[in-house]
Amino acid sequence: MSAVIRARKLSKRYGSTVALDGVDLDVEAGRIVGLIGPNGAGKTTALKAVLGLTEFEGELSVLGMDPRRQRTRLMQEVCFIADVAVLPRWLRVGEALELVAGVHPRFSRDKAEAFLAHTRLKLDQRVRELSKGMIVQLHLALVMAIDARLLVLDEPTLGLDILYRKAFYENLLNDYFDEHRTILVTTHQVEEVEHILTDLVFMRDGRIALAATMDEVGERYVEALVNPDQADAARALAPLSERQVFGKSIFLFDGVARSRLAGLGELRKPSVSDLFVATMKGTYA
Amino acid sequence: MKTLALLIKREYWEHRGGFLWAPVWISAVMIILTMLGIVVAETFNRGVQINMGVSLEQLRSSLGAHEIAQAANALDLAQLSFAGMTSIGVFFVTFFYLLGALYDDRRDRSVLFWKSLPVSDLATVASKALTALILIPLIALVVATLGYLVFALVVTTWVGVHGINALPALLAAHPIGMFTQLAMIVAAGVLWALPAVGWLLFWSAWSRSKPFLWAVMLPVIVLVLDGWVGMLGAPQAGGVLNLAHILGRLLFSIMPAGWLSAPGLGLKLGGNVSLGLDDEHVLASLGSGHLPALLASADLWIGVLAGLLLLAAAVWLRGRRIETTT
Repeated sequence: MSAVIRARKLSKRYGSTVALDGVDLDVEAGRIVGLIGPNGAGKTTALKAVLGLTEFEGELSVLGMDPRRQRTRLMQEVCFIADVAVLPRWLRVGEALELVAGVHPRFSRDKAEAFLAHTRLKLDQRVRELSKGMIVQLHLALVMAIDARLLVLDEPTLGLDILYRKAFYENLLNDYFDEHRTILVTTHQVEEVEHILTDLVFMRDGRIALAATMDEVGERYVEALVNPDQADAARALAPLSERQVFGKSIFLFDGVARSRLAGLGELRKPSVSDLFVATMKGTYA
Repeated sequence: MKTLALLIKREYWEHRGGFLWAPVWISAVMIILTMLGIVVAETFNRGVQINMGVSLEQLRSSLGAHEIAQAANALDLAQLSFAGMTSIGVFFVTFFYLLGALYDDRRDRSVLFWKSLPVSDLATVASKALTALILIPLIALVVATLGYLVFALVVTTWVGVHGINALPALLAAHPIGMFTQLAMIVAAGVLWALPAVGWLLFWSAWSRSKPFLWAVMLPVIVLVLDGWVGMLGAPQAGGVLNLAHILGRLLFSIMPAGWLSAPGLGLKLGGNVSLGLDDEHVLASLGSGHLPALLASADLWIGVLAGLLLLAAAVWLRGRRIETTT
């Protein structure tokens, strides 16, 4: 499979602020990649570069195209949901369908209507009359009806209640995703996406801090629940982080063989959010 | 083409209030004023001049062949008044539409939705320019014509109540000829308006905030500075170029039929509604060869060129200035 996204030395500055600092990134088809990082790490800038919404230095090819020069063609194969605020407030649901059907060669109006039939949206409603959750449903209905190869999601569930958030990712996974499609998602709600991701990319200060498949993450990182008497032995193995829960210490190890840790206590796979916190230690200091 | 047509439809969806309802309300107000005038005339039972360019008393008393021709001419003038009044509305609607066209969606970030569709920046800017150049004045002209027909019906009914048959006057009027002339004036306005459309769309695409200030204050400041330079005795741009005219073209050319008052075309926008036209022969003087004079003027073609350059710049900016923050 050829790379859906291939970036080499991707850089971007806003004045004296470095948003992207020589990022190399490869994304293969059929992956769901979580781009995770603290505020200001350059996630959104990276997505904008992929979508041809910003100038940058370095090489970048998306589906074999240059997002700066071939934007219009690229947008036939790429969809994106920026966040809930971007659907124009005056637009009616029916007008949105007519419009996208008219300008997008890969849009299936039937699919979109079938999806909307499962919601409370009505064709004559305007976006400004809808709740945040309903706006996302509309946007998702439009996007899922487009036969695109890459879907870019930038904080798609920001400000939604948990019912909408769960439904959003379930729809995406069950009704949309397959091996020909690729999804690139940024979010702060790591817990909600970690079980659907196939790949993890951590960003920090405009650089890639970690890029690995979830399987690799599971092999490389181990969390050990250690009783106080074993704590010093655990510390000797240079853990990434240590925290206390119910009188036990939880150590996170990077690349330490499981056989060496087995004696310390119970071992488990760390959650992405714990891994994230450990990796980003000192970001705001 | 299909995409462009749909994009223009999109503009209509968003701005229905300005494009359709503004001229409808202007026409409705003119008809209501006519009716109020009729009530006044009835109450005092004497001839009251209705200030629509047509004297109702004239219509009421007209019976002879000459009077019928006069009444018909008065009706033509009324048709011109409907077109003229809605044109003033069109000017303001178009002005603010263009200033917001490439700015408002960047401010509320819905530009990110539009940018997610496979539509080129050229098509986007073209759809907005064509909306301003063709759709808005065309809707206004159709509405004004319908408004005039309602007006004619009201007046006919009124004089009919008084036992006067207005049919000869109506038949002697030239609603179709007038419409054709007005449509040609609007068509010529497409070329005439290009510099203003380009200017306003350029600042709309350029501004990070307050496109109105850029588009309007810049010409004012340039004029004032030029005058100041002149007061110091230094060579003025105004000595070589007609600066006020150039800046006026950039701001006011979107006025439909505004070109009729351009210098050298022999018409002056006076205080009266008739645009200095021959009051006796409205239709004839509307169609008396202003168009060839316009098409032969350098003013028009320099403006067209400037407008296209400004539009090209707006397309370029549309690809680079996306959100108003960051």
